[in-house]
Amino acid sequence: MHPVLTTVLKRVGLGVVTLIMVSAIIFSSVSLLPGDFGESVLGQAATEETVAAFRRELGLDEPAIKRYFNWLGAAVKGDFGTSFSGRSASGVDRSRSVASLVGPRLYNTLFLAGITALVAVPLALILGLTAALYRNSFYDRSVNAVTLTTIATPEFFVAYILILLLSSLWPIFPSLANIDASTPLGERLYRITLPALTLTLVIVAHMMRMTRAAIINLLASPYIEMARLKGASRSEIILKHALPNAWAPIATVIAFNLAFLVVGVVVVEVVFVYPGIGQLMVDAVTTRDIPVVQACALIFAATYIILNLIADIIGIVSNPRLLHPR
Amino acid sequence: MSEQEPSAGGYSAAAEVAFKRTRRSRFERLRIELGKASFSAWFGMLVVFCYMVVALLAPFLAPYGEAEIFPTPFAPWGDEHRFGTDQIGRDILSRLIYGARNTMGIALVTTLLSFLIGGTLGLIAAINRGWIDQIFSRFVDVLMAIPSLIFALMLLSIFGSTIASLIIIIAILDSTRVFRLTRSVAINVVVMDYVEAARLRGEKIGWVMRREILPNIMPPMIAEFGLRFSFVFLTIAALSFLGVGIQPPTADWGSMVRENASLIQFAKYDFKSALTPLLPAAAIALLTVAVNFIVDWFLHRSSGLHDE
Amino acid sequence: MMSSADNVVADTVSNTMDNEYLVDMRGVHIEGFSDEQWHPIINGVDLQLKRGQVMGLIGESGAGKSTLGLAAMGFARAGCRICGGSIHFDGIDLLSATDAEKRKLWGGRMTYVAQSAAAAFNPAHRLIDQTIESATRAGARSDTSSGGMNLHEDAVELYRALKLPDPENIGQRYPHQVSGGQLQRVMTAMAMSPRPDLIVFDEPTTALDVTTQVGVLAAMREIVDTYNTAAIYITHDLAVVAQMADVIKVLRYGEEVEQAQTREMLSSPKEAYTRSLWSVRSLEKQEAKNDDEILRLENIDAAYGKTKVLHDVSISVPRGKTVAVVGESGSGKSTAARVITGLLPQLGGDVIFNGESLPVALANRSTAQLQKIQMIYQMADTAMNPRHTIEEIIGRPIDFYLGLNKSEREQRVYELLKMIELDETFLDRLPSELSGGQKQRVCIARALAAEPELIICDEVTSALDQIVQEGILKLLLKLQQEFNISYLFITHDIATVKAIADQIVVMFDGKVVEQGMKSEILNPPHPEYTQLLLSSVPEMDPDWLTRLLNEQSDRAEIMNR
Repeated sequence: MHPVLTTVLKRVGLGVVTLIMVSAIIFSSVSLLPGDFGESVLGQAATEETVAAFRRELGLDEPAIKRYFNWLGAAVKGDFGTSFSGRSASGVDRSRSVASLVGPRLYNTLFLAGITALVAVPLALILGLTAALYRNSFYDRSVNAVTLTTIATPEFFVAYILILLLSSLWPIFPSLANIDASTPLGERLYRITLPALTLTLVIVAHMMRMTRAAIINLLASPYIEMARLKGASRSEIILKHALPNAWAPIATVIAFNLAFLVVGVVVVEVVFVYPGIGQLMVDAVTTRDIPVVQACALIFAATYIILNLIADIIGIVSNPRLLHPR
Repeated sequence: MSEQEPSAGGYSAAAEVAFKRTRRSRFERLRIELGKASFSAWFGMLVVFCYMVVALLAPFLAPYGEAEIFPTPFAPWGDEHRFGTDQIGRDILSRLIYGARNTMGIALVTTLLSFLIGGTLGLIAAINRGWIDQIFSRFVDVLMAIPSLIFALMLLSIFGSTIASLIIIIAILDSTRVFRLTRSVAINVVVMDYVEAARLRGEKIGWVMRREILPNIMPPMIAEFGLRFSFVFLTIAALSFLGVGIQPPTADWGSMVRENASLIQFAKYDFKSALTPLLPAAAIALLTVAVNFIVDWFLHRSSGLHDE
Repeated sequence: MMSSADNVVADTVSNTMDNEYLVDMRGVHIEGFSDEQWHPIINGVDLQLKRGQVMGLIGESGAGKSTLGLAAMGFARAGCRICGGSIHFDGIDLLSATDAEKRKLWGGRMTYVAQSAAAAFNPAHRLIDQTIESATRAGARSDTSSGGMNLHEDAVELYRALKLPDPENIGQRYPHQVSGGQLQRVMTAMAMSPRPDLIVFDEPTTALDVTTQVGVLAAMREIVDTYNTAAIYITHDLAVVAQMADVIKVLRYGEEVEQAQTREMLSSPKEAYTRSLWSVRSLEKQEAKNDDEILRLENIDAAYGKTKVLHDVSISVPRGKTVAVVGESGSGKSTAARVITGLLPQLGGDVIFNGESLPVALANRSTAQLQKIQMIYQMADTAMNPRHTIEEIIGRPIDFYLGLNKSEREQRVYELLKMIELDETFLDRLPSELSGGQKQRVCIARALAAEPELIICDEVTSALDQIVQEGILKLLLKLQQEFNISYLFITHDIATVKAIADQIVVMFDGKVVEQGMKSEILNPPHPEYTQLLLSSVPEMDPDWLTRLLNEQSDRAEIMNR
């Protein structure tokens, strides 16, 4: 088999193993729950039968390994069980399935993250590239100072300053990004302007700095000096000599920042009351709705793992040593 | 550079040209370094110093108690309450001052704990390089595959948001990063010939760790401590902001932002009050920016000099 | 390297031009930026090179020879600046030329061959594309392109002239697919492809093993000769430069020491510094026998993981004498040292020290056993903890093995410093405040402090400049006489072997090829590998390479390594 294919398959295999381990950790966290958990969900007035029935539904009576595989098997099919909320001491069950809670919100989050990425990734790459090329210039230094400050700033600070300026003092954009399935696309885009802008500012700062560092590192290679001594012009050096070797570091930077975006989304969704999966998770944590928390954690972790996997695969596929083995 | 030209026969080892320096005491060197520090580094150190003073002297500086409730909620800025009061009538200025103590204190304890765990395990892994290293490293890989904020949220939903569980959970999650750094820095030192020389001499592992390795990994570790501290600080602030971190009535900057956020909507009518939620947010940002400035300067300095 | 007739031709060609010199550098000053300030690297050096002439630039590390060589192309590395003097190339003022003007010269009329071929080739492109890149560009710029000549075919011709295997197809490979010696030849082809007026060779063979070096040197010399190209050949190796250059310029501390025709420079150097460079290779120890054996390796097999690196190695070291282990990289000579010290437990065989078999693993050896075998490393920089003072470094073995009290220990450290010809002002210095030679001396003192019977020296002089090497070797010889210490001396340098050894062990590919007294090994008859190794070591004689090539003209294999 071609070495590129074997390496890619190995890497994918590693990703799958990691995902399984992560799901095991997320699952086993339930067993860490205190014993009186049933009472705290169902309320002090719950009868022994309701608690016992609840325990049975959670499958707490079965061996952990079996429960894990049942849960994993269902999760692969998109079934994450039933939410804890909506239950009552009397045994009346108005709870909804986790999948029906998560589904639409996952779509909303991906929409917000996708729009942000569309704006932020090209912008950050251009800024990082130009800063690296005009290193130590006034432009480079000012971009650096601004981004260092932005990185050290919490997302909600950026968000509230934007609200203060663009929503409260000059009401251009709404400060609440409340959308639902019926909101038309144009309206959607308008309402998510501020959350997307907040995320963009934070991500661009990170990504631009990392791009700059990666490019500077690349430009310090002896073969770039050699290209200069062969009379290559600035654009030839960048396009012909640096770029073919830059895919791997750039892919890593992008994946890292998209993963960062996934996390940043949580806080931003809460600030703008955006109906995404991040806000859902925070609400579930506050009400200790474990099945929802587990589902959200698994989705976030899977996204994170898959993004890194893609970056590594790009790195493998663009590596001439693997593409053209000895 | 060429002041010494040994004649053909008169070669002298002692006269060989070397990089010579006048030796100075630790204190003198510190003074010289500080003199060369950039403006941003000075700014950073000044900010951190002020924060520490405020945190230590909180009870003396705060005009009112941490949880003292006054009759008017959302009181405007004025003489009685410099920055007004919050949604249940607590003095904002006093809570900002106590918040410095709580938020910074918790972040500091968490960072120290995470360095204790991650640093020790990282050193052990670097020296061992065998199955212990493999187990630790693979486990850390898996933990790091879950975004730490998400992981923290999940664990907090299970263990509840007490200060102790907050510190332990974040410290353990953050120690994975400390582990990685310690391990990679220490491995670079462990492969050095001087460590091998010490092992060949028959030195005990403890001595090698303490005398040969530790002094050489200190500069990157100190820089990392600054970065991890600001990261932990931001994580705690974010969790508190989300309502699952430090719980009331303990004053904390993250939750203060959340509690007073609605005031921003009224910026047109009372601009000053609208700034109230931004004050704790700015306090967080200022500290992390300051720490980053110091770390930047420190890294720049320690990369340029070969000793100390 | 060129016959005088060629020089006459070259001279007449250049005389027909307006300017006499191809490269004319006068009073050049170059500074480098470090520690927040500018430091001088080159202090007012003149350099004139005629068309078709090859100049050797030699000097020790830090002499500024690479910087000067690049400056001849009007190029300054990042962090360097040319701050004074004038540089003309064929009448063009390179210091006032714009970047665009210089780019037309670079890769066209002047080209560069770098030290590390593996790093200087772009990993993402095929060799042929990189070889003809600059010639293609030069052709595109000027209407008089290379007369419609197909650059591909030309590159293949160059590969053939440089004796690369499979010249038609090797260009289709990527840099990581060919060996270091081949890559260095391809880089020479790349430099030759646009038929430049000037090539700057920057230590092109330093990273290669000696047996590989010979072929590359011969190929470079031949091709430069064929196209009558002017060249600046930068190296620290006198014997190499003697083969390549018409004129030699000696640099030190960024200043010119002297310049002369190669033969004149070799036979009668004027300056004391140059003479001292020459004298290094004249050091030679009188060999002596001793039947009392201190260390014996018996049929050692060893492996790193699954790769076996030592096959049935047996070496014997007589008491108070020096055994030199020679071989190229990968021959297993350093692995043998790791087995003796216990760092790499052997798979089979015995290490017998003073008549007793040493435990295989380091952890099972007694303190007394450890004390009697000490080791000195190649890189003194990494062999000393940068945060310990010299006193701590030398004092620690005294504490550890001998357990003297504080004043006795202090006394002992003084004595040791005196033995290595340093004084007590060094006591509280850190390693970073010492020169390379001083560092290696401190490492010797640290080994001596344990009062050992055997010291393993792993390439202890190869990172040092030649003058400093001589001092270290003399010190080691003196200490051996004084304390009757045995040395196991690992090296790849035959001159060092002559200087210090009583016995020699030749290793190749994890096996012992030959072992015996120095005079036996160095004089014929030799086994084939020893013959190859010894004949590949460059000699100061400018005719050495020519003679060797004539002798070996039928041995094609050496050329293609």
